[in-house]
Amino acid sequence: MTTLRLAIRNLRGAGIRTWLNAIALSFAFVAIIFGQGMLQGMNKQAEDASTSFEFAGGQYWQQNYDPYDPLTLEDAHAPVPAALESLADAGRAAPILVVAGSIYPQGRIKPVMLKGIDPGQRILALPTAALGDTAEELPILIGSRTAASTGLAVGDQVTVQWRDADGAFDARDGRVVEIMNTSVGTVDLGQIWVPLDTLRRLAGMPGEATIVTVAKGLRNAPTVDGWNFRTPAYLLSDLRQMVQSKTIGQSIMFSVLFLLAMLAIFDTQVLSVFRRRREIGMLVALGMTRAQVIVLFTIEGALHSILAAVLGVVYGGPLFYYLGRYGFSIPGGDSWGFSLGDKLYPTFTAGLILGTTVLVFLVTTFVSWLPTRKIAKLKPTDALAGRGT
Amino acid sequence: MKNGSGLEDGMVISTDKLVRTFHVGRSELMALKEVSLQFRRGEFAGLVGPSGSGKTTLLNIIGTLDTPTSGSATVLGERVEKLSPRQAASLRSRQIGFIFQTFNLLPVYTAYENVEFPLLLLGLSPAERRKKVTDALEWVGLGDRAKSRPTQLSGGESQRVAIARAVVKRPELVLADEPTANLDAENSHKILDTMVGLNRDLGTTFIFATHDEKVIRYLRRKVTLVDGRVAADVAQTPTGAGQ
Repeated sequence: MTTLRLAIRNLRGAGIRTWLNAIALSFAFVAIIFGQGMLQGMNKQAEDASTSFEFAGGQYWQQNYDPYDPLTLEDAHAPVPAALESLADAGRAAPILVVAGSIYPQGRIKPVMLKGIDPGQRILALPTAALGDTAEELPILIGSRTAASTGLAVGDQVTVQWRDADGAFDARDGRVVEIMNTSVGTVDLGQIWVPLDTLRRLAGMPGEATIVTVAKGLRNAPTVDGWNFRTPAYLLSDLRQMVQSKTIGQSIMFSVLFLLAMLAIFDTQVLSVFRRRREIGMLVALGMTRAQVIVLFTIEGALHSILAAVLGVVYGGPLFYYLGRYGFSIPGGDSWGFSLGDKLYPTFTAGLILGTTVLVFLVTTFVSWLPTRKIAKLKPTDALAGRGT
Repeated sequence: MKNGSGLEDGMVISTDKLVRTFHVGRSELMALKEVSLQFRRGEFAGLVGPSGSGKTTLLNIIGTLDTPTSGSATVLGERVEKLSPRQAASLRSRQIGFIFQTFNLLPVYTAYENVEFPLLLLGLSPAERRKKVTDALEWVGLGDRAKSRPTQLSGGESQRVAIARAVVKRPELVLADEPTANLDAENSHKILDTMVGLNRDLGTTFIFATHDEKVIRYLRRKVTLVDGRVAADVAQTPTGAGQ
């Protein structure tokens, strides 16, 4: 306790030097929390959006379906099994039929995925109701990205072509009834959403589906022959890997920042041990052991991290609160590689803040201790004479 | 008559054939050559001699800041060469006060905090500390400079703070290494008068290492060291100001 009190007194006495170190360390401290919070926010935001718009509580895939191989689509459809049909009837699942096709906006051909979905479904956040509230023979729902790339607007007519169950080409004119805004590019880019029954009829695949998306919170997904259940964790794994790869890059950047702050502390300690040799000698003469002097100097260094944390709370706290609540616009849009939307809301969890505080404290303590080892070799008589180290 | 520590009653320091050698490059320098001395409680004595005679080395060993190469030193009943660093620190914190030529005040502390420091190490309560520090500053005539930092004090005032710090815990022994070397004559006499008063009033043993004639005139015993050996050891009547 006495040593702590002495360390605090010494830090106070060091004045501006203490504050400069604490400010530098607090920048690193706030930057680390901000960066990690941003990544956590990205992760959460992207997962939430993908869950809402695409994956919900998981998906049953017809056994031939491989999202990475469009050629499998021809055979990736089958009648919805009774177990899944009853889930759909109960509003706990949404069958989706996927058929490869093309559209001809403004005379150009554009390959697309035709996706049939029940307009009344409530499993996904897609605005499919628009597909039901119309007398159009082939109402179409597209995302804003597809609209932008094709020049289509609500009310526009476009020719849609596909191959039916027998491999024969067929085509109809459809009309765009809704353009949705979604941060999830995979339900937007090159995706044409049409009513499930219409697509089944046009493609000659009555009662069939490629994917059956189940509601969130569905427990004990039944095993169904010919269909593979993909859990949300499985479906989100690509996304998580992408965020992870960004985390590594960010971590390197923050490590450099942190390293610079630690260098400042280390440098201060080295200088402190050198400049305060007489003081060290005097402390020993007054009755401290060299080990106690080492502890005193180490605590002095480590206290910088406490000061930095306090400073960080003063200016980082309001900043984090504001960003967490109101978010901030991010440049690049879809260039991040996953769905983020226009704004990013960083997530600053208690675990993140506490974990970073403990990490900064431990590393600062270690870095503060390193130079003080010289004190152990310093003879008190040399120290009093201003020699040694 | 000897007490349990091997010291005669009333004896605070005893050295026996004390040798201290230092390695300087490849050569060996013998700073102390079989020094045997005793000091009684309440003495006001000085180790006198030119630079390099071994005064500071002897004072450092007596103060448990250094250990002898051979021979033995018994200080306040403890064998210096057998003390662990922790035991030596404990002895210093309780029983020995130091005064140095360069004052060695802790720069970021006020005069009050500098004097209080030894008492913090002893774990005294705030009330006890306050009383002892106030008394010590009054003894040295600096009651009104308690809040001043070392940079705001003159050399004489700084040395008086150092004296207050050395005696605040009422040690048995105060070791002063060239305490007046950085002071003018007037301040030197003030300092020495203060130490004479403390020696008389508190019964504290004072041992100086000095070659300053002003200090030597205050001593009641003068031990002359030449080339690491005791060349003379005489009692004398102090003739310094205020004696």
